[in-house]
Amino acid sequence: MYQYNQFDKHFVANRAKQFRSQVMRRLDGSLSEEEFRPLRLMNGLYLQLHAYMLRVAIPYGSLNSKQMHQLAYIAKKYDKDYAHFTTRQNIQYNWPKLKDVPDILDDLAQVDMHAIQTSGNCIRNVTSDHFAGASIDEIADPRPSAELLRQYSTDHPQFQFLPRKFKIAISGSPNDRAVIKSHDIGLLMKKDERGNLGYEIYIGGGLGRSPFVGKLLKDFLPKADLLPYIEAIMVVYNLNGRRDNKYKARIKILVHESGIEKIKQEVEEHFIEQKQNFKQPSDKLISAINERFKLPNFKQANIDNYEIELKQNAQFSSFVKNNISEHKNKDYSIISVSLKNIGETPGDATSDQMQILANLAKQYSHDELRISHEQNIILPHVHKSDLPEVFKELQKANLATNNIGLISDIIACPGMDYCALATARSIPVAKQIAKHFNELNLEEEIGQLKLKISGCINACGHHHVGHIGILGLEKQGKESYQITLGGEENLSMNIGKRAGPGFSSDELLPAIKRLIEAYLNLRQNPEESFLASYKRLGEKPFINALYPKEEKANVA
Amino acid sequence: MARKFIEKIVTANALLQGDVIYFTKQNVWSRNHQDAIIAHTIEQANELLEKAEQQQDIIVGAYLADVFLDEAKTASPLHFREIFRSKGPSNYFHGKQTKT
Repeated sequence: MYQYNQFDKHFVANRAKQFRSQVMRRLDGSLSEEEFRPLRLMNGLYLQLHAYMLRVAIPYGSLNSKQMHQLAYIAKKYDKDYAHFTTRQNIQYNWPKLKDVPDILDDLAQVDMHAIQTSGNCIRNVTSDHFAGASIDEIADPRPSAELLRQYSTDHPQFQFLPRKFKIAISGSPNDRAVIKSHDIGLLMKKDERGNLGYEIYIGGGLGRSPFVGKLLKDFLPKADLLPYIEAIMVVYNLNGRRDNKYKARIKILVHESGIEKIKQEVEEHFIEQKQNFKQPSDKLISAINERFKLPNFKQANIDNYEIELKQNAQFSSFVKNNISEHKNKDYSIISVSLKNIGETPGDATSDQMQILANLAKQYSHDELRISHEQNIILPHVHKSDLPEVFKELQKANLATNNIGLISDIIACPGMDYCALATARSIPVAKQIAKHFNELNLEEEIGQLKLKISGCINACGHHHVGHIGILGLEKQGKESYQITLGGEENLSMNIGKRAGPGFSSDELLPAIKRLIEAYLNLRQNPEESFLASYKRLGEKPFINALYPKEEKANVA
Repeated sequence: MARKFIEKIVTANALLQGDVIYFTKQNVWSRNHQDAIIAHTIEQANELLEKAEQQQDIIVGAYLADVFLDEAKTASPLHFREIFRSKGPSNYFHGKQTKT
């Protein structure tokens, strides 16, 4: 795990101190809201529907038990005893009071955390694979690169006033779990034919009101060239990105309007220039970063108890089937702890649950946790002999929901229950769908299915890349939900296609039920997933299931 | 024929607490939308908003919200967003709903 050095510590503590003074000046009237707003946003403090919201960065989704304990403590002390994990590997507090926020920032700084660059037109928290450093399919741990980018981009004057926000994601595995093609820059670590490490680079991906799949910018960039190359991209964006229209200011629009070939040419030209003058980080700095992401000292132990438990305990074996992924050490496992307990809010954890997870990480996962963009929590290094015990502890804490990757493992943004930008609610929709299929005991039968819900066109709930996507909008003064089909989020990323007119809140669940029933009837065999069926058959039978009356009308 | 004016109230968020507040006829802010002063014409509405916006030291983001009047002439928010703002989130028993 990366540990802050004195420079980082000083920087973060100083920012908290600055913010305290800014809050005081707002309260005594020296700063107007117009002046204060950009300052609070620079520190992750938003004003939502019912209260302020503080968004805290969890860089590349990695944290240790001490940090998780502190996040729990903050939720208990300043908030309503819970917090919300987001699709950008951040954590959000929904109820802080303005006067408490400087104290919260101080408490975060104590454990090397902050809320810097979780808002605004800057390079945001760099996200990464939630199995980073643990997964068997990994070519390299992406986190040292993400940390290098964090250090490089934090408070970088050239990147504080970009045309619009800028998001970078990095995957170290060819099985992309970081949705890299939906980011402004997506980095995929790979090796060239000689075995040298580098990056495949995608640019101009994004969700939101104009979704785009990232386009290939560079097939292979040697590892050492990362920063000058990123800087070349940022220069091209800073110079050419549209500042005249907020909705056209993201780099995806620039790439779309200019064409990838032109962008490639410009980036290459700037790269040659950048590389000549670029002050590369020292070898010492690079090795200091790498040193902090070393593999833990894996223990050696007999795993017979695990094998026995698998045979004897059906609940445990079901948990293992759905929530466990293969670790690079054959005696270890990666546990995905679902924050999608049926009937509860996706991505929320209570302070007690956060503390329990911190304790489990400390005792059983080499002091490491990860947050996934799918709003779940990962224990990345659990020895198989410890799995039965960890499972029992998770059960006790109401954290053993075995639904990873199933229809009830829904991504949902906070929607209009909290968010000032939302046009409809997401949370009740997610709860209703999960509860319905769970009560019918159909989740396993349906199998792998990614259902994602956004409460507005900004698409924080990633609905565009859901196999089934739901977008909440307003129609004639009521909440209305559009369904998209066939989205995909990995390297074969695909934007889901709108199925047809929206559904009212009452019509939505019946529509999803018809869609799933149709899939169960249409699939070739139980192994054929929803997405595979959709790809094989095309949209027609699924649209007919969603709009049965229209079909009849057309026939007539 | 001119479209019928929809009655309006002024709402904002409190600077310190961040919670939803409504402008009253005493020129102070209430946590309860039923205390809000109601504008019956566009002129009254603009005048109220202007008055409310003078209190920037205690509020954030004042704006006009449509309401409907019941038989007792008390105002209730019209749009579902404003209804949620007047109650709190639907996933937990938090916010204003705990106080009514």
